[in-house]
Amino acid sequence: MADWDIKRQGYDGVVAAVPISIPYQRFTPDPAHWWLARALGDLVRGAGLRPSDIDGFTVSSFTLFPDTAVGLTQHLGLTPRWLDHIPMGGASGVVALRRAARAVQAGDASIVACVAGDASHVDSFRTMLSSFSRFAQDASYPYGSGGPNASFALLTDHYMRKYGATRADFGKIAVAQRANARRYPSALMQRELSLQQYLDARPISDPIHLFDCVMPCAGAEAFLVMRADIAADLGLKTVNILSTIERHNAYPNDPIQDRGGWAMDKDELWDMAGIVPEQVDFLQTYDDYPVISMMQFEDLGFCAKGEGPAFVRERDLEITGSFPHNTSGGQLSVGQAGAAGGFLGLVEALRQLTGTADGTQVKDASYGVVSGFGMINYDRGVCSGAAVLAANVTGDTG
Amino acid sequence: MTDPIRKPGRKNPQIRTVQPTLPPAFRSRKALGFTVAAAEGRFCLQRCDDCGKLTYPAREACPACLSMNLHWQDVDPAGQLIAETTIRTSTNSYFRERMPWRSGTVMLDAGVSVLAHIHGDVAPQGRVRMIARTDKSGKGVMMALPEEDVENMADDKQLRELTCDPKHRRVLITDGRTEVGQALAKAMSGAGAGIVFVGLAEQWRGFAGQAALEAIANVEIVPLDVTNTTSVQECAGEIGGKVDILINTAQHTRPGGIMGRRDVVTSRDEMEVNYFGLMRLMQGFGPGMRARGADGVNSACAWVNLLSVYALSNKPDFGSTSASQAAALSLAQCFRAEMAGSGVKVVNAYHGPLEDEWHQPLPPPKVSPNRLAREVRGALQQGLEDIAIGEVALDVRMRWKEDAGVLEKELTQIEGM
Repeated sequence: MADWDIKRQGYDGVVAAVPISIPYQRFTPDPAHWWLARALGDLVRGAGLRPSDIDGFTVSSFTLFPDTAVGLTQHLGLTPRWLDHIPMGGASGVVALRRAARAVQAGDASIVACVAGDASHVDSFRTMLSSFSRFAQDASYPYGSGGPNASFALLTDHYMRKYGATRADFGKIAVAQRANARRYPSALMQRELSLQQYLDARPISDPIHLFDCVMPCAGAEAFLVMRADIAADLGLKTVNILSTIERHNAYPNDPIQDRGGWAMDKDELWDMAGIVPEQVDFLQTYDDYPVISMMQFEDLGFCAKGEGPAFVRERDLEITGSFPHNTSGGQLSVGQAGAAGGFLGLVEALRQLTGTADGTQVKDASYGVVSGFGMINYDRGVCSGAAVLAANVTGDTG
Repeated sequence: MTDPIRKPGRKNPQIRTVQPTLPPAFRSRKALGFTVAAAEGRFCLQRCDDCGKLTYPAREACPACLSMNLHWQDVDPAGQLIAETTIRTSTNSYFRERMPWRSGTVMLDAGVSVLAHIHGDVAPQGRVRMIARTDKSGKGVMMALPEEDVENMADDKQLRELTCDPKHRRVLITDGRTEVGQALAKAMSGAGAGIVFVGLAEQWRGFAGQAALEAIANVEIVPLDVTNTTSVQECAGEIGGKVDILINTAQHTRPGGIMGRRDVVTSRDEMEVNYFGLMRLMQGFGPGMRARGADGVNSACAWVNLLSVYALSNKPDFGSTSASQAAALSLAQCFRAEMAGSGVKVVNAYHGPLEDEWHQPLPPPKVSPNRLAREVRGALQQGLEDIAIGEVALDVRMRWKEDAGVLEKELTQIEGM
């Protein structure tokens, strides 16, 4: 009988490069196409390429309708031989990275542009919520139409009761991210935030209060995945991919979500990477709400299940702290530009590991972990993913 | 304990009436099965015929075995609240106008967790019993109630959105000359209705029970003849702006089918009351009620059609009346569509033969006027849209749902052959 448990291959000869962030805006009349085009243009120029050199393309966007990645190729004049549309919200970045890496490794493409972006019109958030998924239309939106705030309020309420987390624990995460954001000029929220201000904020959907929530906005993020030898020819600063995981609809029988798919796959993540959590210099979690970041600390193996609150209390999460976390401020302070929110942590990680993070740079960052979480299809986030990345310190191109 | 709602004061005519807004109305085709059950007040989930797994939300296939054979089935409504939130901001105008709003996750004893509206008297992490009802958009939703009844629980803000409780509301009973009309007047008064308008045609003609009817608290007799367009329009002009619940008790029932009659005179009388009478009422009172679906504590909330269950499938010994009832049912479906968006429920109450002079030779079981009134009151208090009253109606509706074709063959076969 065949061996069903085949060992996974590494990502030899493939690198990620050219982190691009297009500064976010709260509202703009520009459509998703504008933001995606803008990011792709910066990507091509930043790499010193011509558009025709891009032979692989992934697109993530909630507001591109009626187009998909297909329409965008003609719109933007690309002629790729490999194309993927990745509608996985907060998991889109990690998933784009690992799909593109395999395509490059197998020779199906040489240079893949991974792009995510969304529009933000005055009424686009309501429109998106009301038609987000079939389960949401049938069974969650009719119950108060609180959107993700209400869904995550339930997860937070449950998590707080079960594991003894307090609002101050979540506040510590949000406050540290705001401090980080004040060193990232593109963050929409730059005003200093104290723990007291966090605690005193108005309730949105109890126990979620104002500073637990991200601000929907427009923006785009992008990066390249390419052959290491081509990157070397172009003289690009690159990042190595040590390992990745992806999982969908994990633990479907849990009555309410208090763990994500990472918990299923974390051993494989660290085994394949060949490092241990203590070696990691920074972590970029998907932070649509602080409770989800805390869950990622646990489920990625930085601490045991239920120890998230204590883990946070014992650490300094700022850029200069003992555990740098969401170094650009995360979505909580930068803003949530739709699917670009699923790229934000990854793009910031690429800046960190190429030494180009400027004000948010973690000193001597060698290893970084990025994790993604996406799509409240009904009552919980369905998609999860993570990647362990390493700076290309030796100049070795993979 | 819920604070009892107060009787609303007189409406200020200079203030604009709040326009009805709706909770989200779109549902997948499969999820409409939940709405159908909710309209009857049944709490159902899909069960897999092949592996027995219960599943929710509505799916096309079983997530345990991928069987396509999922069917809505009544399930144990007991459960426990395991997480909750009070929503204070919403993107939907209906909820935004009604903030804060309590919702939560309930773990059903049946083994499935569900999102639901939560009654204010449910304790944190408390035991609950679930109900399924249609909301203001006419679509099925779940609500968790406290396990045991508590005082004034019907007055809970969120529960009252799902019900058509007569308390503090103004009811019009279109024909008070019948025992059914009189029993309903009594039932509505007893349920706390602010005013019970009772329509009477040809008021100078006395009738049995007249004195008792006039003696019921809060009853006001109004002239109303559903066979006369002018009469209906005048009545609507007088009181149409303050009718919150309309119960159409005007019915014309006669035995007989087609060839036993020589002409269409009797059939025309049946249609004049059962079909055209209903249409006149809808044209007279419908627009006013539709505009007042969100008008506070005594908003317009329900229109009740009393329909013979033989509207579903013809009963030949009352064949012509059955046909007029079928016409009325079809009209009620159209009316539901036209009232959608107002938040006013169109309630169809199917009943079997009544305990009255026109069904006198028929064998039991028959529906007494008091039972009919009691069940209509219960349906309004609970917020049901489709009810069957009495054993005959329950039996016929069940057989109709099972197989309308077989029911027709059963009802139309010659006895003893």
